[in-house]
Amino acid sequence: MIMTTTAQKVEAEKVEKDIILDIQELSVYYGKFRAVNGVSIPVERHKVVSLIGPSGCGKSTLLRSLNRMNDLIPTARVEGKVLFQGEDLYAPGADPIDIRFRVGMVFQKPNPFPKSIYDNVAFGPRINGFKGKLDDLVEESLRQAALWDEVKDRLKDSAYALSGGQQQRLCIARTLAVRPELILMDEPCSALDPIATLAIEDLIHQLQEQYTIVIVTHNMQQAGRVSDYTAFMNMDADRAGYLVEYDATQQIFTNPQDKRTEDYISGRFG
Amino acid sequence: MTVSLPAPAAVRRARSRSLLSRATEWVVERLLLVCAFVSIGTTFGIVAILGVETLAFFQQVPLFAFFTDTQWTPLFSDKHYGILPLLSGTLLVAGGAMLVALPVGLLAAVYLSEYAPVRVRAVLKPALEVLAGVPTVVYGYFALLFVTPILQTLVPGTEVFNAASASIVMGIMIIPLVSSLSEDAMSAVPRSLREAALALGATRQETTVKVVIPAAASGIMASFILTASRAIGETMIVAIAAGLQPKLTLNPFESVETMTAYIVQVSLGDTPHGSLEYQTIFAVGTALFVLTFLLNVVSLGVVRRFREQYQ
Amino acid sequence: MSISRQERNLAGRRRGDRIFGFVGLGATVLGLLVLVVLIVDVAKDGLPNLNWEFITSFPSRRPGQAGILSALVGSIYMLSLVALIALPLGVGAAIFLEEYEKRGWLASLIQINIQNLAGVPSVVYGLLGLGLFVRLLGFERSLLSGALTMALLVLPIVIIAAQEAIKAVPPSLREAAYALGATKWQMIWHVVLPSAFPGILTGVILALSRAIGESAPLITIGALTFIAFLPDGPFSPFTVLPIQIFNWVSRPQAGFHDRAAAGILLLLAVLLSMNAIAVYLRNKLQRKW
Repeated sequence: MIMTTTAQKVEAEKVEKDIILDIQELSVYYGKFRAVNGVSIPVERHKVVSLIGPSGCGKSTLLRSLNRMNDLIPTARVEGKVLFQGEDLYAPGADPIDIRFRVGMVFQKPNPFPKSIYDNVAFGPRINGFKGKLDDLVEESLRQAALWDEVKDRLKDSAYALSGGQQQRLCIARTLAVRPELILMDEPCSALDPIATLAIEDLIHQLQEQYTIVIVTHNMQQAGRVSDYTAFMNMDADRAGYLVEYDATQQIFTNPQDKRTEDYISGRFG
Repeated sequence: MTVSLPAPAAVRRARSRSLLSRATEWVVERLLLVCAFVSIGTTFGIVAILGVETLAFFQQVPLFAFFTDTQWTPLFSDKHYGILPLLSGTLLVAGGAMLVALPVGLLAAVYLSEYAPVRVRAVLKPALEVLAGVPTVVYGYFALLFVTPILQTLVPGTEVFNAASASIVMGIMIIPLVSSLSEDAMSAVPRSLREAALALGATRQETTVKVVIPAAASGIMASFILTASRAIGETMIVAIAAGLQPKLTLNPFESVETMTAYIVQVSLGDTPHGSLEYQTIFAVGTALFVLTFLLNVVSLGVVRRFREQYQ
Repeated sequence: MSISRQERNLAGRRRGDRIFGFVGLGATVLGLLVLVVLIVDVAKDGLPNLNWEFITSFPSRRPGQAGILSALVGSIYMLSLVALIALPLGVGAAIFLEEYEKRGWLASLIQINIQNLAGVPSVVYGLLGLGLFVRLLGFERSLLSGALTMALLVLPIVIIAAQEAIKAVPPSLREAAYALGATKWQMIWHVVLPSAFPGILTGVILALSRAIGESAPLITIGALTFIAFLPDGPFSPFTVLPIQIFNWVSRPQAGFHDRAAAGILLLLAVLLSMNAIAVYLRNKLQRKW
């Protein structure tokens, strides 16, 4: 059977490719409503994976199930597995606090705390009992987020004094400060102007050397620019999101295997 | 066919009707204006009545003595008119009530806003509001006849009338004031801030203490100030349970007298209009009014500021 | 430069989170527990004394014979007068603020003024009543003086509730009335007020339940605490339930304390039924748009 050989090939590739996150047949429900239906995506270490698809197709829901942020919605539940470094995030003993520490998240709109720039970055290390030199950690995180030069002289200023693009890079620095093994980004540029968007995209490229990133975007050009792999999702008649195609970004954009992907890429719907 | 024009009489009737209705509109609007002005008139009336009688009071009692004399004995033969003992009694009882209401109310607000499942919240929140709806005279009964005997066993030497039992019971009564206003302030903190903290691996407790409460600080502060104002103005609990002895003391197990209780005490007697005793309650009332008014203004100002915070 | 597992102390923080949640729940329930203890304590002393004779007797110097009739009737008279005064004034002010003068300095002055009045201690209203109604207007220590004082005290509650109710009437209804040639007042009288009525009614009942429990302002205007007759008109002396209860609590004899407990039960029962009526009326009359 073709299906079996494909599955076997995928399994063989996973071993070869150092898979950090393996989403297996994941479905997410809100009460009776199924938002995501049977999605499987393997994510390779130090790669950027983008999730694209029409709005409402469950991209953000899928992303939020990767660090158990969906737990905050009382009616949400999942079926399937999310293996992170080989451990199932939804195994009975799995601790969402620990998972969120290891899987960082950057949100749609910049959401700095109403605190100083320094305190924003130091928040994660502080609550996690960091005993090393906090100043160094903050500086290093801000440097990684390409924000250090702009804010080094005003670390005590309120984070709200920064521009939108700077705030989003501050949120990225805040995420980096706890040294996550995987970073989730939920349309991180949707509230930003084109120049700030380019700065974030450059940053994603640089971060790739040390981190693995899964990014949701509604902007196909962005997916093309930043990601190594792209997953195209769509929704069925019941508005449940499913995975249409997952492949190397170049492949998806130049030679999609599925008609629906081709239609979406060429702008025929969505 | 010709269209028949309305008869002149009918036109005249219609015009007079429209004149009448215009007159009605004019009168109604003036009447409604008067209704709206009753509230302004109330404030004006309070200031005027308190002002006139207080001025008359200060023509006989020097302002300096009023603020520095450590005795308040207008009803005795050796008369002293120092507000300090009444003020200290008021602050002692109100302070004690705040000691109960602030931590309990704030924790309840935290629970209702950050922890409680939707259904539990739907039951507990209105149930808690009931506390504020029970008449204060009922709390007075409870303080004097239930709490005081317990205090007397726990702390030997507690007087029958004491500040502590009034404080405790008043503190319970004003819990909903703290909790509902603080909860409003915490609910106004955007969800995205909570998510940011949780996404960094913070627990709910850490998110609450380090993000939500600091972000809601001014709203919570406003609720504290408003509650203080309410505690200072509360009358029946203290009149029943805290006693009627103006005393400059910080011992909560002794009997004291608050400003409000003094007004009640004099009102229960038969003081002739125009006498100095009669004027004392207006002087005390003015002090009370100014104190609570300032607290209310500060609190409203703080609330207004916190509303603009996330714009 | 990463954070070690040991530093992170996950188990301890999880425990802290759980404890915090439990403490919060405890704080929320604490007040309710006190309320239960209070009601049980009052019921224990009050129930044996709460009978028909207690309700239909006048107060007496002997605790065993003391009844609450004059206070109950006084409360009922007073609430009726307060409703008669506060309802038109409050609704009128709310209509003015919502339909005539929505913006501008006058509206915001009145609005701020109402907010501040809501925070004035009730005993200060008593001083206003004493100076204005009892002395200046010469109504003496009558039912009318008490009702006027109490009406001013609850007016902010009525105005705010009526404003909310009027705000909730959809603009499309107003436009429909205007489109049929109604004048402004006709529109308000025939369209806005009927639609806002359930909300206004709920607000008035809430205001009255505040009024029935208040005693400080009435004591301040000099309401008597011992009245062995029924009020025969607005200028008659009077007493009300909370004042009678206060009077009994303040006496040293335990017999009077039991009477106070019975009085409290009666007061709470009246309060409870008023709130139940408010909820019932709101649900029954509520319009669905």
